[in-house]
Amino acid sequence: MSGNLSQKLSYQLLRLITYGIVLCIGYILFDVIRHGLPVINWDFLTSFPRRSGSEGGILPAIVGTFYLTVGTIMVALPLGIGCAIYLAEYAEQNRFSELVRLAIITLAGVPSIVYGLFGLGLFVIFCRFGTSILAGSLTLACMVLPIIIVTSEEALRAVPRGFREASLALGATKWQTIRTNVLPYSISGMITGSILAIGRAAGETAPILLTVAAFFLPKLPGSVFDQVMALPYHLYILATQHPETEKVLPLQYGTALVLLMLVLGMNIGAIVIRIYFRKKYKW
Amino acid sequence: MRTDNFMRILLVATASISVLIVALIFLFLGKEAMPFAFEPGIGKLFDSGWVPVSFQEERFGIYPLVAGSSLVTVLAMLISIPLSVVGAIYISEVAQPMEREILKPFIEILASIPSVVLGFFGLLVLAPLVKDVFGLNSGLNALTASLLLALMALPTIITISEDALASVPQSFKQASLALGASELQTIFKVTVPAALPGIMAAIMLGIGRVIGETMAVLMVSGNSAIISFFPLDPIRTMTATIAAEMGEVPFGSHHYQALFWIGLILLFVTFLLNAFSRIILKKYGMAQ
Repeated sequence: MSGNLSQKLSYQLLRLITYGIVLCIGYILFDVIRHGLPVINWDFLTSFPRRSGSEGGILPAIVGTFYLTVGTIMVALPLGIGCAIYLAEYAEQNRFSELVRLAIITLAGVPSIVYGLFGLGLFVIFCRFGTSILAGSLTLACMVLPIIIVTSEEALRAVPRGFREASLALGATKWQTIRTNVLPYSISGMITGSILAIGRAAGETAPILLTVAAFFLPKLPGSVFDQVMALPYHLYILATQHPETEKVLPLQYGTALVLLMLVLGMNIGAIVIRIYFRKKYKW
Repeated sequence: MRTDNFMRILLVATASISVLIVALIFLFLGKEAMPFAFEPGIGKLFDSGWVPVSFQEERFGIYPLVAGSSLVTVLAMLISIPLSVVGAIYISEVAQPMEREILKPFIEILASIPSVVLGFFGLLVLAPLVKDVFGLNSGLNALTASLLLALMALPTIITISEDALASVPQSFKQASLALGASELQTIFKVTVPAALPGIMAAIMLGIGRVIGETMAVLMVSGNSAIISFFPLDPIRTMTATIAAEMGEVPFGSHHYQALFWIGLILLFVTFLLNAFSRIILKKYGMAQ
């Protein structure tokens, strides 16, 4: 029965490697939480950086990331959902829909720094928005568009065919059918997609590096044409550009933990919503 | 009916926007990069020295940057491919259903950790570790970058490979088991070969992610533009070069244009990788 033994051994080896990967992920989370948690308090979250970022809190970075993600989602959500409705409900198998699909795949694969270059060339320079919330949000919106489209389309396709047929048979037009019988049941998938998109937009550094992010700002932004500080960029600056990187280590861990909680919170929220609605709607 | 027609037109228009964005990305990267081709000439890019700021002669050779990107990508893939394929096999074929439901989202969490946080972790934990193990002066080198990149490629490869493995028809496995093959033989002689196209596509998407990764590499690769294929040397990748230098170049200078050329090259490479993996997935019915 040596075959049985070698199978058992192989399974153990596979399990060992898989749990090794899990352990790595766990250790990263553990390390950031262990060092970051003692730093986070009310003062850290609500005060400005002092002495060029060596002391104080991260309020402007939190506010900046908030503005950026709100701007991003305001642009990306309508476009993404519109595109998803087209692909799921209207598109036939033709050149145009193939082209749209190819475009979405391409967008999903473009490296984040290339989005930064694109945003710099189009929004900052050509449209004359300057380095601003507007330019940054538009750049990030292009980046998260495929996430929203793909998740929303999946949600629309999950609504049973019969819902549409019943409505059409009663004389409703195509759009009435979509609005009353399809959209309400696919909202959860769209929410999931937008939360994932917010998480992605909040965590990316490279696209905002060239289009919006500021080293340090003494006050909060007043309009969409202002620069902002952002959490990921702030962490990057503290960790690599600050003259006393050793001294500001606690601040780095604090910023990293806030960013991590934000992004992971979004992702876990998305999973929970998906599970909740999957239980609620069963057909 | 009028709203109906209006909505149809509106939706077609929003769908066209994604095509428009792709066109604009190519257009605007090309627009900023193009003047370089006339003056000082595109041949300047094919050179072994990247010295963009100099009092004597500015050099815009991308060879060291391409070498840096290639080195970390190959190393990262050497580490990541075996681990993630094994992980996918375990999750799809060996793990209990309950275990699978926990392992899958946990590994997807890794995909959502911002790259700057991973870079930060690399800087503080991984780099000192590499430094001590190999007795170096600094842990910021190609190996550290590759380890981080391998970590980032894991979730991409695992998730898509797992899908490919799960979509192998049950009848394949049953036929193999009925012929007297053990479960282990069935996995490695039937299931994995059947899912191989999907696994290949997953690997290509993983490579795309690794080549395009910027922040983590910028933070831990050591940033020296030399041509080296030794893992413990500090190197500099194409992405890191753009991120590190774009902030300080004068608008419209040759240096500025050269950075846009690097962006264009990255765009084409990732585009090809994505298109190929898409073709593979589609051919074997693993994508809609």
